[in-house]
Amino acid sequence: MIELTINGAVHRLDIDPDMPLLWAIRDHVGLTGTKFGCGIAQCGACTVHIDGQPSRACSLPVSAVAGQAITTIEAASGPVAKAVQAAWTALDVPQCGYCQSGQVMATTALLEANRKPSDADIDAALSGNLCRCATYARIRTAVHTAAKALA
Amino acid sequence: MLAKMMTRLANATQSRRSFMIGSAAVAGGLAVGFRSTEAASAATGGVTPFNAYVRIAPDNSVTVIAAHMDMGQGIYDAIATLVAEELDADWSQMKAIGGAGNPKLYGNAAWGGAIQGTGGSTGTTSSWERYRIAGAAARQMLVAAAAAEWRVPASEIRIAKGLISHASGRSAGFGELAAKADALSAPANVALKDPKDWVLIGNDKLRRLDSMAKSSGKMDYTIDVKLPGMLTAVPIHPPLFGATLTSFDASKAKALKGVVDVVQHPRGLAVVAVDMWSALKGREAVTAVWDDSKAEKRSSADLAREYRELALKPGLATARNDGNAEAAMAGAARTIEATFEFPYIAHAALEPLNAVVRRNADGTIEIWGGHQMPDIYQGTAAAIAGVPPSQVTMHVMKTGGSFGRRAVIDADVIVEAVAVAKAIDFRAPVKMQWTREDDMRAGRYRPAYVHRLKAGVDKDGRIVGWYNHIVGQSIVAGTPFAAGLVKNGVDMTSVEGANNLPFDMTSVEGANNLPYRFAAQKVDLTTTQTGVPVLWWRAVGSTHTAYAVEVFLDEVAALTGKDPYEYRMSLLDPASKHARVLKLAAEKAGWGSALPAGRFRGIALAESFETEVAQVVEIAMRPDGSFKVERVVCAVHCGVAVNPDNIRAQMEGGIGFGLGAVMKSQTTLDKGRVVETNFDSHEVLRFDEMPVVEVHIVPSTDAPTGVGEPGVPPIGPAVANAVFAATKRRLHVLPFARVENA
Ligand code: FES
Ligand code: FES
Repeated sequence: MIELTINGAVHRLDIDPDMPLLWAIRDHVGLTGTKFGCGIAQCGACTVHIDGQPSRACSLPVSAVAGQAITTIEAASGPVAKAVQAAWTALDVPQCGYCQSGQVMATTALLEANRKPSDADIDAALSGNLCRCATYARIRTAVHTAAKALA
Repeated sequence: MLAKMMTRLANATQSRRSFMIGSAAVAGGLAVGFRSTEAASAATGGVTPFNAYVRIAPDNSVTVIAAHMDMGQGIYDAIATLVAEELDADWSQMKAIGGAGNPKLYGNAAWGGAIQGTGGSTGTTSSWERYRIAGAAARQMLVAAAAAEWRVPASEIRIAKGLISHASGRSAGFGELAAKADALSAPANVALKDPKDWVLIGNDKLRRLDSMAKSSGKMDYTIDVKLPGMLTAVPIHPPLFGATLTSFDASKAKALKGVVDVVQHPRGLAVVAVDMWSALKGREAVTAVWDDSKAEKRSSADLAREYRELALKPGLATARNDGNAEAAMAGAARTIEATFEFPYIAHAALEPLNAVVRRNADGTIEIWGGHQMPDIYQGTAAAIAGVPPSQVTMHVMKTGGSFGRRAVIDADVIVEAVAVAKAIDFRAPVKMQWTREDDMRAGRYRPAYVHRLKAGVDKDGRIVGWYNHIVGQSIVAGTPFAAGLVKNGVDMTSVEGANNLPFDMTSVEGANNLPYRFAAQKVDLTTTQTGVPVLWWRAVGSTHTAYAVEVFLDEVAALTGKDPYEYRMSLLDPASKHARVLKLAAEKAGWGSALPAGRFRGIALAESFETEVAQVVEIAMRPDGSFKVERVVCAVHCGVAVNPDNIRAQMEGGIGFGLGAVMKSQTTLDKGRVVETNFDSHEVLRFDEMPVVEVHIVPSTDAPTGVGEPGVPPIGPAVANAVFAATKRRLHVLPFARVENA
């Protein structure tokens, strides 16, 4: 039995301790907002927060995160996440949208830690999140927009 | 060009239809579609000719049923805009879903209407009339219902922002009158709005309908489909293209917890399990023996060498031959020649391929997926399942990208999903989910090509002869499309006599329809055969033809000492759309003005899918010789700009997609084995490499043309031309990261 604390709820799951957190979240907890893109921590589609830190759920076995506070896009609802989503929709950032759960989670973590990120800060925080639709330019603008709204 | 070929294919089987507008009752609402004179008996599943395009529910929501699949390009929003405009709906009441299963209704109008499909940047063109008429018909029925209800003349009824009203003070939402409207007969004819009355078409303030869902994890893609009892399958594909299964041992895998079965299917094996992780663990435990005697075992370097040799010979077919280019070049004051090499490239959409299949108790089949060619997949799936196509319902999901990958003709992932479900007797729904490695290894790449170009100029620097020989695989050869795609006034006999392969127009588009006025020109094609499966990749032929042409033209300009922008303009009809976008991009970018030290500009022009795009890039050289693309100024002519902000988004996306590809993306073979199988080795554009993009849309009253692909072709050559301006080096081998360019 593995005990995972996801979005404040405790889930006791009878799963392989090696199972990546991504598949536990998607297949066993039933939350599918967190996406699968590469499985090797190269794309960021699976970004969740673990104790507030942006982390790649595809490359973390559940045994390594038992007992830690895991937050997925479904629970991204605080003032920072709301400001990020408001900027994302105002600027129509998403195209296919598949990467955007990860982009929103990565950006939320950035703004939680740094309310006035520079372009270099944004590059550093988001260069691990691929967007094959190349919405990068709008993401950058939206990060600044969200930061201003939070100021 | 693809559109023209598809039209030709379609026209062979069907003449243009006349539409009658129809309506049918749906649970207290209004539903509008067209009754095609040939479609009366064509209804299948839940879709009838009457509820095909627009449904209005009692809660006032207006749902458009889109004939085109949305892979991120925003076609659902474009279609909703067209309907809402004529219906005078409020944007906030609009919804959009995908439709399928009835080519008479959803056939791609830009391809002649015979089959449903999304591709060649035709979505808006195909929808332009059909969905405006549907919106106008629904509006007229609502007006008639209000007039009857309020006993006032129809001419006195107004509709604005979803509210039906009359000067007497009466008003109603659409939902209130939808059922009554539905009881009326549909109008035989409708008038469409004068463009000056448009409030939604061209409105820059409209936001996409799905941005919030996509920003909050609520958008469901095929990977997110959940069905009771559903199992997950992962494939085991042959290690080499063309290898076949000899034997396999699944005993260890089947003993693992969570593994349900290991089954054979026409494309290899699959491990079926209760969840993705169990399927992946099971896959590691399967041993398989493959017969690779007929497999493709060449390396990319072998193919490039062969292609380069072929490029030196005359082409096996000629796509265009105006004047006597060879003689003109022989007599030219100066000639110049260059050979370009393009790699295979995987589409690498972020959602790896997948499909979900369920057989219901009544024997009907349902398939969820990113169906870019739903009619073809429906037929393929029906044949495997052993049911008539009418018993297969296609649920069109939005997808995490595609870039053409989901328009595969052989329906690969769908075939696997259905075959696997059948192999377990359809006892549970099956989600076939490929991993990133499966997705990148399983073929269907942009074909590799070699282009050899040669030009001759007279003493004044004018081009007297132009020659382009393209060597590479055909995308349509061996598909049912070959028959419709090969005849275009080209010399078929030389092709048939040579190697019996069809002349694939997608190999030469963007090379044989240049807007430049050359005194004489010849475009040759040599179609090759390899075991590597290929496919259309965002912008198709123009992903390589535009690069070769626009870089080479820059070389000719440099040879003659002319400015690359001025030189292009001198070759264009000044009144053409090509000249207009080129001029606009140059003006907005400040072409010719001084730049800070270390900054350089490049320019390129390309028409694809009847949309003209010019781009001027600005690069900043770093001390180590690398560079960053800082700014791209893009001008586009795409007819009426239905959703201007989405046009900008598609240009931005096309630029980022194309830039990553020319800089670093490639799929290479090592003795037949795919080397780049995930994003660690198959590199794509990352966040910090994205330039600032500025898009200028040429105002136009022409019918709209597509924007999903045409942003891609110019970026590569524009950047390469800027690199030349900075370094005097020409980048002839793609991607730029290749050592040959160092
Ligand atoms: S799926 Fe986890 S980083 Fe790509
Ligand atoms: S929006 Fe499509 S991958 Fe980012």
